[in-house]
Amino acid sequence: MARDKVLLAHGAGGRASLELIKGLFLPAYGNPLLEVLDDGAVLSLDGVRLAFSTDSYVVSPPFFPGGDIGKLSVYGTVNDLAMMGARPLALSLAFILEEGFEMEALERVVRSVAEASERAKVQVVTGDTKVVEKGAGSGIFVTSSGIGLLWPGASPSGRNARPGDVVLLSGPIGDHEVAVLLARGEFSLEAPVLSDCAPLWELVQELFEAQVEVHAMRDPTRGGLATALWEIAQGSQIGVVVEEGKVPVRPEVKGICELLGYDPYYLASEGKFLAFVPERDAERALEVLRSHPLGKEASIIGRATAENPGTVLLRTRVGGHRLLEPLTGRQFPRIC
Amino acid sequence: MELKREDPEEAKELLERIKGLLKGPVRFMEVCGTHTVSIFRSGIKAMLPPQIDLISGPGCPVCVTPPEEIKRAMELALNGDVALVTFGDLMKVPVGGKSLEHLKAEGADVRVVLSPLDALQIALREPKKRVVFFAVGFETTAPAVAATVLEAKRQAVKNFFVLSAQRLIPPAIRALLEGGKVLLDGFILPGHVSVIIGKEPYGFIAREFRLPAVITGFEPLDVLESIWMLLEQRRRGLSQVLIQYRRAVRPEGNLRACSLVEEVFCAVDARWRGLGVIPQSGLKLRKGFSLWDAERAFGLLPPEPIPEPAGCSCGEVLQGLKKPPQCKLFGKVCTPSSPIGPCMVSSEGSCAAYYKYGGKDGQG
Amino acid sequence: MCLGIPGKVVRVEGEVAEVDFWGVRKKASLLLVPEVKEGDYVLVHVGFVITKLEQQEAQETIKLFEEFFGEEAADGA
Repeated sequence: MARDKVLLAHGAGGRASLELIKGLFLPAYGNPLLEVLDDGAVLSLDGVRLAFSTDSYVVSPPFFPGGDIGKLSVYGTVNDLAMMGARPLALSLAFILEEGFEMEALERVVRSVAEASERAKVQVVTGDTKVVEKGAGSGIFVTSSGIGLLWPGASPSGRNARPGDVVLLSGPIGDHEVAVLLARGEFSLEAPVLSDCAPLWELVQELFEAQVEVHAMRDPTRGGLATALWEIAQGSQIGVVVEEGKVPVRPEVKGICELLGYDPYYLASEGKFLAFVPERDAERALEVLRSHPLGKEASIIGRATAENPGTVLLRTRVGGHRLLEPLTGRQFPRIC
Repeated sequence: MELKREDPEEAKELLERIKGLLKGPVRFMEVCGTHTVSIFRSGIKAMLPPQIDLISGPGCPVCVTPPEEIKRAMELALNGDVALVTFGDLMKVPVGGKSLEHLKAEGADVRVVLSPLDALQIALREPKKRVVFFAVGFETTAPAVAATVLEAKRQAVKNFFVLSAQRLIPPAIRALLEGGKVLLDGFILPGHVSVIIGKEPYGFIAREFRLPAVITGFEPLDVLESIWMLLEQRRRGLSQVLIQYRRAVRPEGNLRACSLVEEVFCAVDARWRGLGVIPQSGLKLRKGFSLWDAERAFGLLPPEPIPEPAGCSCGEVLQGLKKPPQCKLFGKVCTPSSPIGPCMVSSEGSCAAYYKYGGKDGQG
Repeated sequence: MCLGIPGKVVRVEGEVAEVDFWGVRKKASLLLVPEVKEGDYVLVHVGFVITKLEQQEAQETIKLFEEFFGEEAADGA
């Protein structure tokens, strides 16, 4: 495989992305904080624990059913902080705009940012704007970084899941990626699917307030559920067993997967998350999630085991099983 | 209508029947790449008793399309005014270290479509582009390509071309059996190819080679029913071609679809990756449609065969002679993220499926 | 080698059908199977209907072929 050029696969969130991080970035400027490779880093300052995270948003097209790049750039970073157990305090927002980008579109994005930050109860406190020449960009790119305050006593991490933990999923997977795919209009498909883009901190906070001990959390964005579970399995050196029948997928998302030959376990969501909690807290956690509008379809999808550390096993509906590997490169539609 | 057939209770019952019929190891070839994928994805592979050896056959267009034909398509894509349009399946196949995905990254106009009609639409919308549809696939797909060519003719489209790398399944099965190297006890035949061609073209499997064969659907229960039917035939000393996939396959096939293919294409000898040249196993546009034939439009000559990369055992894997872990490169140099041969690239390739399911050393 | 997706025909307009797949709507050409009607279940491959689907009941295959094999055996296979 040609290694001299950056490929789309490198940004897809699966093995290729990880290879880039481990093979290029870590050797160059790695350090113990970075090497944790969670959704963000934990910084301790005089006993105050802060979470710090960053993310870039390059979604094309910038507007899609259920959201836009503005909304995504706020919720995406807020959710990275939430996944670390941190209440979002402040965001930075940097825009890279392409010369000629419609001002009206920018206004819509900015309004979305305003609405989203209000809903997520976070302020955009600093930012930057750059404009590149026409042709050098894709209309609009956004980078947002966030700082959050870690919930006292909480330290959810991809390294903290334990055998016996119950795995919860807050709702149906794949909505976001399918919504964006439909918005691209490449395949003349029609389906009433909206991006599930939403801020998760409130949901996480309710879990903490209900005294649920959360060992690990992850939102299955790029790379989907399979990759997110695999990362935790690898990071915590546990096995994960998932019941196919318990993983919620909307019929329309399933329909798109059938039509394109996609595997729903690799499709991104932007308003869902996984939580690994001890068995004794599982029922309570499920109840807490289900009583919130963003978690009403929450489900217990599996368990962590001591066997087969580092792997994710899917028990299929028909009674068999297969290994769920992390995403390799990007999925292309198949006819075969 | 119940479209999915994956009831675990029924599956258990079928497995009990299957176990009851097993007297020793058996080897069945599932010809179709889509069967390989669905068998793995549904988790059935893990449920079958170990005495049942399922071998993945050559029904995977990504695996059997010769690299020189893919390279030829890539070269066309390098023309500034050409849009090379194809199915997503081919995007990641490496030829000499490069794939269509790479070419696209480097700026070539390479596009993925779900239907040949979409490729024709591109030609209609972009008259300045010469749109070349790189057609791969088997009898299931050929009627769609034929219908598209007829539509291009009807609308007198001048900038649409088909580069055909299509193949036919029964000749490949015959070549495998005549080669005498593969020892099989029966065939799980491709359900959707059979929707088009019906039962008759497989008759030789039973008549000349005395092997049972079952035309099979793609749901987990379809595959289990098929295996049961093959084992029952074996037990009774029968060798017939039967249809398990009754809800979709008629014994006579889709006559209309076949006649469209007959009108637009003719069979030619063709090279299959891993199997060599098989007589009358490829499709080429007839002279009457040469205006839409990319070979004529671009003055393309038959390409020189490109040999397999050193150490790559895809050919033997495709013939069912080796299992992926027996390839020297499997899991070490050749992995899904850095595939050497097509069996690892294709999501339905034996090696990719083995790797995903069984890990680096191919153990389940 | 072929993803044939099952769906339900919700509308027919000349040579094109609108097919519903679990709530997703997509058009498919009827050039290969022109006799398709609204309400039919069909298999779609690369944008073309390739066949109509008939019902296939649970247990049917076993019953059918046990009978068939029984007859074959009776004929002295």
